[in-house]
Amino acid sequence: METTVQQFPPFRETPAHPGHDDHGHGEHHEPNFWQKYIFSTDHKVIGIQYGFMALCFMLFGFFLMLLMRWQIAHPQMPVPFFGPILEKILGQPAAGGAISPELYNSFGAMHGTIMVFLGVVPLAFAAFGNYVVPLMIGAPDMTFPRINMASFHAFFLGGIVMLVSFFIPGGAAQAGWTSYSPLATTIPTNGQAFWLVGMVLLITSSLLGAVNFIATIIQLRAPGMTWMRLPWFVWAQFVTAFILLLAFPPLEAAGVLQLMDNVAGTSFFLPTGLAVGGQLADRSGGGSPLLWQHLFWFLGHPEVYVLILPAMGIVIEVIANNTRKPIWGYKSLVYSVLGVGFLSFIVWAHHMYLTGMGQKIATFFQATTMMISVPSVIILTCMFLSLWGGAIRINTPMLFALGFLPMFGIGGLTGLPLGLAACDLYLHDTYYIIAHFHYVVAPGTIFALFAGVYFWFPKMTGRKMNEFWGRVHFWCSFAFMNIVFMPMFVQGIKGMLRRMSDGGINYSAARVPNAIDALPGTAMQMNGVILWAAICLGIAQIPFIINLFWSISHGEKVGTNPWRATTLDWQTPTPPPHGNFAHEPQVTHGPYEYSMPGAAEDFTPQDAPADKTATAPQPAH
Amino acid sequence: MEIPYTVQNRPDTGLYNAKLGIWLFLASEVMLFGGLFSAYILLRVSQPPGGWPHGWLDVRLGTVNTLLLALSAITTLLAWAACKVREFGKFKFFHACTILLALTFLGIKSYEYHDKWIHYEIQLANGKIADGHLIEKSADFDLAKITGTVTLHGREVENHVELMDLRSPAAQSAKLDEMTIPASDIKKMENYGPRHNTFTAIYFTLTGLHALHIFGGTLVIFYLWGPGSKLYKTDPERFTNRIEVSGLFWHFVDLVWIFLFPVLYLT
Repeated sequence: METTVQQFPPFRETPAHPGHDDHGHGEHHEPNFWQKYIFSTDHKVIGIQYGFMALCFMLFGFFLMLLMRWQIAHPQMPVPFFGPILEKILGQPAAGGAISPELYNSFGAMHGTIMVFLGVVPLAFAAFGNYVVPLMIGAPDMTFPRINMASFHAFFLGGIVMLVSFFIPGGAAQAGWTSYSPLATTIPTNGQAFWLVGMVLLITSSLLGAVNFIATIIQLRAPGMTWMRLPWFVWAQFVTAFILLLAFPPLEAAGVLQLMDNVAGTSFFLPTGLAVGGQLADRSGGGSPLLWQHLFWFLGHPEVYVLILPAMGIVIEVIANNTRKPIWGYKSLVYSVLGVGFLSFIVWAHHMYLTGMGQKIATFFQATTMMISVPSVIILTCMFLSLWGGAIRINTPMLFALGFLPMFGIGGLTGLPLGLAACDLYLHDTYYIIAHFHYVVAPGTIFALFAGVYFWFPKMTGRKMNEFWGRVHFWCSFAFMNIVFMPMFVQGIKGMLRRMSDGGINYSAARVPNAIDALPGTAMQMNGVILWAAICLGIAQIPFIINLFWSISHGEKVGTNPWRATTLDWQTPTPPPHGNFAHEPQVTHGPYEYSMPGAAEDFTPQDAPADKTATAPQPAH
Repeated sequence: MEIPYTVQNRPDTGLYNAKLGIWLFLASEVMLFGGLFSAYILLRVSQPPGGWPHGWLDVRLGTVNTLLLALSAITTLLAWAACKVREFGKFKFFHACTILLALTFLGIKSYEYHDKWIHYEIQLANGKIADGHLIEKSADFDLAKITGTVTLHGREVENHVELMDLRSPAAQSAKLDEMTIPASDIKKMENYGPRHNTFTAIYFTLTGLHALHIFGGTLVIFYLWGPGSKLYKTDPERFTNRIEVSGLFWHFVDLVWIFLFPVLYLT
């Protein structure tokens, strides 16, 4: 569309920005520590703040999971080593160092909440989006830097509220991350109120971020950065921001209503004649538990795409860079991501086949659910086809991106039986579900996020992370992830229900030998295997953590564009100064012009002077 | 590099950054209130016949409030227009009107809330129901200790159903009296607060959230009218943009009320 040739030497390798060599500490005189790291309005600092917090929360959420896995494999046995600490901190619910069913429930609810809302979304959307999107589109910053800062502060506060709720009498929320009513209102703890207040803060944070991202991508694209020249990562973030913008408010509405139920004694989600503990509840009734589920899943399902789309964006960038050839089907990718974004709003009730909402509604949502798999598969197919005939460079980011493909494939394909109401009725609420969505978000999304960390680390610090330990991290994580989650498919098919604090022991063939649907001994033994695989998975993250911090100061020093990438984020100094670009970049090339015939090198940066290719036929945009 | 298009429009989108930002924010607000209105519809259609109250709110007060907000929408628009043609005095006047109208709205709303708060439904020991506004509680009134009396201005009915439709001829012609009820006659006493029934729950939650929006909008407009108006002297164009953006939010809040009024007061 815009091919005006500005004879303006674009920014190339220039002497490093002052303050780059010793990674920024104290080189700028004006801002002090607080202004620079806590109340910063610079999108890069905010991105790193988000990333650091999100990684901490993910580690914490992982630790909760380890405690739960211990309880599942060894019900009511004291947790080794951590048991006494738990008892000291939490008191009665962890009496004797063992995890009580109530504590198990709150760990379960908080593991989900923390991983989704405090871990993956802030890392995938807020951290990478904040750091990379303005650089990729050639913008000096986000459109609203102070709103960006407010967004991080709301997130931080939301996280604090969630953590504090562990220590109140009664403990944290226990009704699962889905907080179904009336359970969420009748459990005797204020943890649910804390959860709701925390969620309102997190939603506020996401909304501010989403407005900022969309406005930035629409308004601040550099000259020549047309829509069809946007790196696909930016498209993915753009659609993700729209999903957050439009899907989160109904959950905020639901949160306000449930907060009224919990605090003001209303009955929005409580049916008439509700009995609690054998007593008729002192409530007016007349509410609808189904209403909560509709409002929750109206966010809850699009949220799945919030988790996966930025991860797919990272994978596309890494694959294009390491296959050294244009990504296959860029336009199909763009239209598919728009399709996924739209369809994600009309599939939510496939989480509710078992609620008795009616077969006609179930049929509708079954149809839309099958429809949304079409653009999703197009995206995955484009990724696979991009590998075809490429001179693939294998490095840590690429390993994680390649690992993403089959793992997400497994996660996606095992979702098909869940989208069909008939088989979902059987599989609903079993470990099959747990395995399915963890394949999507754990070895799927989180692998892509690791790829992103290894990939953009040199941009943030000017140094690469250690390659050897990166590979150790990948192969160990890859192996143990699969040993953790693969057996859960079997357990689920054998009928093991999720959310049971005893790991199904009361339904095992050993306890009820005469029941035909009792859980066989193999399914029970898998609990032990999963526990040890999970512990090993935790150990496998230690090289990553050490590598991450060690490389900040000791990693191999690299130039501004170590991966020899085309996109604008690699055409600025490293780390990018405040304002990002020395002057406004003029974009003249598509996002993935690798190995173009006639080009001097095997990559043509997006802002490379156009004269070399000006005579070549321009693709119609 | 500085952030572009903070004041001037970007040529290909025709928008400055903040205007796009506020439209996006309003889109999310549409979804927020959309979720709440959906909840209203779902809860209302699932009520058993006769379970949804009619005529519990004062249509006259609701109408006055509707007119107040409609008028404030006009003054907001005029304030922006005055800024646009650089007539600062007129801007000050029109936005002073906006603020006063908004405060009057909130005043009337508080009166309505108070009116519901002192409205009690009392289940009597003889199976009847006393319903009316609280005049006074005697000093020693205590339901737990069963001491003292409570005085209501209202009426006694046989059945709860009679209280549901206050627009029915029977309810319209009912005579309201002062009645004093001893604590020993009271089985259960509850005011028309949010927990009373689904209608009051929705009424308080929706109008409360709307009132919070009005309050927040008023704060912003007051800031731009008072201390924030210094910007007019140095950068009138940026200031005019701020008035436009805050005005867009204000119009949205007015629009929400245009839906709330018929949904809660008229049906």
